[in-house]
Amino acid sequence: MSALANTPNQLLHVDGISVTFDGFRAINDLSFSIGPAELRAIIGPNGAGKTTFMDIVTGKTRPDKGRVIWGAAYTNLLKLNEAKIARAGVGRKFQRPTVFEDQSVTENLLMALKAARSPWRVLFWRPKPADMARVQALAVQVGLGDQLARKSGELSHGQKQWLEIGMLLAQEPKLLLVDEPAAGMTLAEREQTTALLVDLAKTRAVVVVEHDMEFVRRLNCRVTVLHEGSVLAEGPLDHVTADKRVIEVYLGR
Amino acid sequence: MRQGMIAKNPSVLLFISGLALFTIGVTLLSEAYGAGMVSTSMVKTLGKTLCLCLIALAMDLVWGYAGILSLGHFAFFALGGYMIGQWLMFARTEEIVLAANQGLPMTAGELQSAIASQIFGVVGTNQLPAVWAFAGSLPVQLALVVLVPGALALVFGWLAFRSRVTGVYLSILTQAMTLALSLWLFQNESGFRGNNGLSGLQNIPGVSAGQDALSVWFLWASALALGLGYLAAVVITSGKFGSVLRGIRDDEARVRFLGYSVEGYKLFIFTLTAVIAAIGGALYYPQAGIINPGEMAPIASIYLAVWVAIGGRGRLWGAVLGAAFVALVSSWFTGGRAPDVNLGFYVVKWVDWWQVLLGLSFVLVTIMAPKGLSGLVDLLAHIRPPKRGGTPLGPGDGALQEQEAKA
Repeated sequence: MSALANTPNQLLHVDGISVTFDGFRAINDLSFSIGPAELRAIIGPNGAGKTTFMDIVTGKTRPDKGRVIWGAAYTNLLKLNEAKIARAGVGRKFQRPTVFEDQSVTENLLMALKAARSPWRVLFWRPKPADMARVQALAVQVGLGDQLARKSGELSHGQKQWLEIGMLLAQEPKLLLVDEPAAGMTLAEREQTTALLVDLAKTRAVVVVEHDMEFVRRLNCRVTVLHEGSVLAEGPLDHVTADKRVIEVYLGR
Repeated sequence: MRQGMIAKNPSVLLFISGLALFTIGVTLLSEAYGAGMVSTSMVKTLGKTLCLCLIALAMDLVWGYAGILSLGHFAFFALGGYMIGQWLMFARTEEIVLAANQGLPMTAGELQSAIASQIFGVVGTNQLPAVWAFAGSLPVQLALVVLVPGALALVFGWLAFRSRVTGVYLSILTQAMTLALSLWLFQNESGFRGNNGLSGLQNIPGVSAGQDALSVWFLWASALALGLGYLAAVVITSGKFGSVLRGIRDDEARVRFLGYSVEGYKLFIFTLTAVIAAIGGALYYPQAGIINPGEMAPIASIYLAVWVAIGGRGRLWGAVLGAAFVALVSSWFTGGRAPDVNLGFYVVKWVDWWQVLLGLSFVLVTIMAPKGLSGLVDLLAHIRPPKRGGTPLGPGDGALQEQEAKA
C-alpha cells in the first residue's frame, strides 16, 4: 500500500505487473501511474511491451501478478472484464482505425455515445434531439460534419482515424489510451491531432503510445520509456533523452 | 429529427401489405372460403412455408445480424412443435377414449391410463411419462412452447458465450446440441414415442371444422406470426441495438471496448431467436400433421443457413424471400412434379438430384453473390457500394484516392 499512499490523487495506478507469453516476459514488474488530468507519452522500441501494457489496462490480457487500481474508489481493474472497464471510463484508440465500416458515421457515433449499455435498455433506447446534437457536434469537431450519413467504410484512412477519435470522445472516458495516433496521418492531420490530445488532457488522463519522437516532442509532456517490459526512465522528454541507458537501448539505434 | 419506423424502413409497409395480400388471395382461392382453385394440401404447404419464413427470420437475426452461425435453430423449431404436439395428441386421444367409452363413467386414473395406452402402446408401454404431466392443459403446453426452447437456448448460450466460443467452434457446438437432442428423442425411454414421433397433429381437439377450413385458419395464424415477427425484427435491428449486433458481427472486440457486454447481447439474441423459432415450429407441425426426431436432424439446421444465404443474410426480407423461394422450389422438385431430364445416357431424376442442385447453388451464391437473391433487387434498384481504390493522389495514407477525387 505504500506506493498507493504516496499517490493519493492518481487516476490509474499500475503496480508491479508481470506477464509472460510462452516463456517470453512481455511485461516485467512494471509500475506506472497517471493523474486525472495528465498527458503522458509512452515510448520504447518494438517489443518493449507498450501494447501489452494497454491490453492489461483494458482487460484484454490478464497479468500473472501485480495490481491495477482505478479511481478514487481504488477499484481493482483486474477483476473486471473489457466491457466493464470501458464503462468505468477507460477508452482505447487502436493503432489501425477500427470503426464499424458497414455502418454510417452517425451510427458509429451513436453506439459510442455515453448511455446505458445493457441489452434491454439499448433495445428501447431512441436518440433524443440532444443526442443527435451531440453526435453532430462531435462530427464537426473531428471534421466529419458533412459525412454523417456516409458509411464509414467509404471514408479515407485519415477520416476513419478521426471517426475513431470522435467515438472515443463520445464515450467520455476518464482515461484515454491512444496507440500511435499519428500513424498514417498527413502532416496537417498530425498537428490537428497533437492539438486535440493536448486539449483533451486538460480534463482527463491521456496516455499516448508513440514511435515518432517528433510527434512526442510536440506533445510536450512527461515521457515514460519502456524497455523489455519495464520502465527504463520517466520525466520530461529532454530529461529522458539525455539518459544514458535510454540512448543506449532506444535512441542510439 | 426523428422519423417513424415505417418512414425509416419503407420495406416494412411493403412486406406487411404483401403478406396480407398473399394471405387474403390464398383464402379467396381456397376450397373452404373461396373459388377452390388452391387445394387444401397447397394451402397447408403455403402455411408451412410461412412458418419456415419465420424461422429464417430468426436465423437472419442471429446469423446475418449478430454473426452467430447457429446450426441448432431447427432444434428449437422442432421442440416448439413437440410441446404443442403433446397437447394435440393427448387431448385428441382423450376425445377418442371418451367416445369409445360411450359416456360410461370413468375415474381420472382410468381415463389417463386409457389415453396412455393409446398413445404409448406403439412403444410398448401404457404408462404416461412424467414429461406428459401437463399434456392435458393447453395453456401450460402453450407456455412450454416458449419456455422449453427458451430455457435450453439460455443455458446452452450462457455456457458457450461465457467461454467465448466463437466462429466455427460455436457452429459445431450448436450442431452437437441438435444431434444430442435428436438422439435423445429417438429413444423410446425419453417419453416422446421415439422414432414414431407425435402424429395426428392436424386434428385439433374440440374443433369440428374440416381440414379445408383449418388449413386456412393456420395459414392466417402463420401469416400473423410472421408479420409480428417481422415487425419485432425490424424494431430490434433498426435502432442502436441493431448497430451493436452488427458491430458484434464485424468486430466483437471493438464492441467490448465500447463498454457493451458482447456475451450478454449474444445470449439475448440467441434466446430470443430460439423462442421465435419455437413459435414457428408450434404453428408448422399442426399443419404438417406429424413430428419425429428426424425433423431436428442436423441437416435441417444447415438447410436453414442455406435458405438465409440464398435469400441474402443481413436483410430481413432477404431471409424470408430465400426461405420461401427455396422451400417452395424444393417441394416442387421433391414432390415428383418436376419433369425428369433425359440426357440420353442418364436420366436426371430431380427427387434425387435436387439436393445436388441446392448444394451447388449455395456454393455459387456464396462465391458469386454474397448478398443472395436480395442482391438482385439492389442491382435493379442500382444500389451499389462505391468502388474505392486506385493510386493515392498524395503521399500520406489519408490522402484522397484517385477514384474518390473523380467522384
